[in-house]
Amino acid sequence: MANINATPGESHLAHHFVDSEQQFDSSKLGMWIFLVTEVLFFGGLFVAYIVYRSWNPELFYMSAKELSTIMGAINTVVLIGSSLTIALAVRAAQLNQQANISRYLIATILLACVFLVIKYFEYTSKFAVGILPGELYTYTGIDHPGAPIFFSIYYMMTGLHGIHVIIGIGLMVYLLVKTRQGSYNAAYFTPVEITALYWHLVDLIWIFLFPLLYLIE
Amino acid sequence: MSAATKDFKIREFPVEENPKEHYLNAASGLKSWLFTVDHKRIGLMYLASIIFFFFVGGLLALALRLELWEPARTFMDADTYNRVFTLHGAVMVFLFIIPSIPAALGNFFLPMMLGAKDVAFPKLNLLSFWIYSFGALFTLYSIAHGGVDTGWTFYTPYSTSTGTAVISMTLGVFIMGFSSILTGINFIVTVHKMRAPGQTWGKLPLFIWSLYATAIIQVLATPVLAITLLLLIMERTLGVGIFDPALGGDPVLYQHFFWFYSHPAVYIMIVPAFGIISEIISTFSKKTIFGYWLIALSSLAIAFTGFLVWGHHMFVSGQSELSTIIFSFLTFFVGIPTGIKILNWVATMYKGSIDMKTPMLYAMMFLFLFSIGGFTGIMLGALSVNVHLHDTYYVVAHFHYVMMGGTVFAFLAGIHYWWPKMTGKMYNELWAKIASVVLFIGFNVTFLPQFVMGSQGMPRRYYSYIEQFQTLHQTSTVGSWVLGLGFIIVGIYLTISLFSKANKASSNPWGARALEWMSSSPPPHHNFNHTPVVLHNPYDFHKPISEFRLGIDGSDNHHEHTEVAQTQPAEKS
Repeated sequence: MANINATPGESHLAHHFVDSEQQFDSSKLGMWIFLVTEVLFFGGLFVAYIVYRSWNPELFYMSAKELSTIMGAINTVVLIGSSLTIALAVRAAQLNQQANISRYLIATILLACVFLVIKYFEYTSKFAVGILPGELYTYTGIDHPGAPIFFSIYYMMTGLHGIHVIIGIGLMVYLLVKTRQGSYNAAYFTPVEITALYWHLVDLIWIFLFPLLYLIE
Repeated sequence: MSAATKDFKIREFPVEENPKEHYLNAASGLKSWLFTVDHKRIGLMYLASIIFFFFVGGLLALALRLELWEPARTFMDADTYNRVFTLHGAVMVFLFIIPSIPAALGNFFLPMMLGAKDVAFPKLNLLSFWIYSFGALFTLYSIAHGGVDTGWTFYTPYSTSTGTAVISMTLGVFIMGFSSILTGINFIVTVHKMRAPGQTWGKLPLFIWSLYATAIIQVLATPVLAITLLLLIMERTLGVGIFDPALGGDPVLYQHFFWFYSHPAVYIMIVPAFGIISEIISTFSKKTIFGYWLIALSSLAIAFTGFLVWGHHMFVSGQSELSTIIFSFLTFFVGIPTGIKILNWVATMYKGSIDMKTPMLYAMMFLFLFSIGGFTGIMLGALSVNVHLHDTYYVVAHFHYVMMGGTVFAFLAGIHYWWPKMTGKMYNELWAKIASVVLFIGFNVTFLPQFVMGSQGMPRRYYSYIEQFQTLHQTSTVGSWVLGLGFIIVGIYLTISLFSKANKASSNPWGARALEWMSSSPPPHHNFNHTPVVLHNPYDFHKPISEFRLGIDGSDNHHEHTEVAQTQPAEKS
């Protein structure tokens, strides 16, 4: 509900909000709703995964064995670690520790880059043997008439997830610049908070992707 | 919210008539429009854009009807015909009707009805308009490059193999989806967080409830369309094969994905129309709305049920008989909340002081046309009938009765209802009534014959037909000319009203009670010159109007936002 007692003198407060609390709550609610749209966006691919896996269980089993569980597991740990570091960045902002916000943001960016580098090596090793999406698929190691479908879904899911990681890195670089300018403090850290929410979702989607794609028994 | 319990004094704020300063002259120049964050200006820019695309889609429709004058070629060849009906559908659905009421009228009136200065995220609102424009450019590009001949549904496998501009068209729709999502997020947050002091959920105007339900559908359904179209684009560019049987995929999955969005999308189109009708029927009956909570919650019920019925578009696609039966059964459930609304509207009018002004006239036409559209929808949801009527003109007539007879007539009702508030000018009432009657006649002459043709077996999307249908086709074509004439009249008198000087509108020409009427016409830059306070339900016509003009004593809604040096960071746990 709107609070009618305006507290003037806060430069981050946009003209149409009554106070910082209303502005913070609005931004946070907006981000949560956006995350819902993200879940539904990936949801389409999860449905495709469920449908094709239930039709071809043995294909998914054979294909998953082609993926490197070690690399996927390392990436899982890396992303969970990055969720921790960005949560610490939010904590640092709440405690008004400017230097720590920067440190934790840098740590998160580095971990996100590690994730992408590992992903790059995974992709290129697959490309090398002809495991490409759809029509470009030339690999002969899987004896199944619908062989390309698993990797089509794999590339779509991990590719879209990778794009989200890249967007997240962009957002955190922006936060880093603004933090250096002293824009965030205990009274105002909304962008840090909502970027962290986004980043947790990116992490969470990977936590679902990893077992579904790599750990099929 | 501890601070919200503080005491404050309220007093009546009289409304300024014919204000010298308002949102239209607060700034001038093209930039002041293109880069504005004012929700009212953004709403008007949406309005102009969608009217333009309605015009484009309308011309395409006239061309289609003209081509069907003769069973054989009249003036365009079959390939062109396929492209024209695809473009008519795609332009009308994605560029006109989905953004129509929420993005244009909703943008303008949602913050005003809440007593807020703006939507929660004004910059995001502007971004969403720009995304819409950017997506529209893609669509125009694909029209210029030969168009698309798949039908607006882009069904695979044809859409992955045809040589037409499917990629740019679907990319355009994909981009516009983000605009729709952002508007939805903005509206939900605004309704939750920006309501005026005293405005509880039970005092929200029903137009707000309908926009809220619509926003929920937009937010939940549109991402699924996005991923579907993305997969289609990937299929055409990389041959991903998720919908291609040769690569292990399944084209029916495309239909499931598509209708998971596109069925809820028809409620994105119609639910805001319900909101307008609720406002208008109560205002022009001078009577409290009958069954406020039933109308409010039935919007949410429609939004919810709408997600469970997509399979009724796929009765002949080869989906299992069991799911067909379940989808048919669930489809009938949509009729319940819709029927509740119709009943409540009619009950609101019962013993009311009905004033048949133009908006009310359109609302009556809406009730008539939408009921026909709704009942024929129930017919189509019945399995055995559906197999006979599937993909015939019966379906075409059904959804035009719902989408045009429903949404477009409600949109016209809304434009006439809020025209004085948006522009500060009053249109010519007599011409408005004449035009509405012309449109009503034209509409029925166009689409009633299509029910008859469809039930006799005339398939939709066909370039030619057997001779027995010629009279009906020609009647329908003549009707389309009458419709065109009606829209020309509307365009003329509305344009004239903008430029003539004598017809200034008062702040509340209809004697309504909702908050937007408690501001001047046109409204000031920040909607109100004070912080409004709400005590009553917006349909409490038995209470004195002075009690609807309350605001916080001493509040000025400071129009010039002064930048003050940052204060010490406060304690926050």
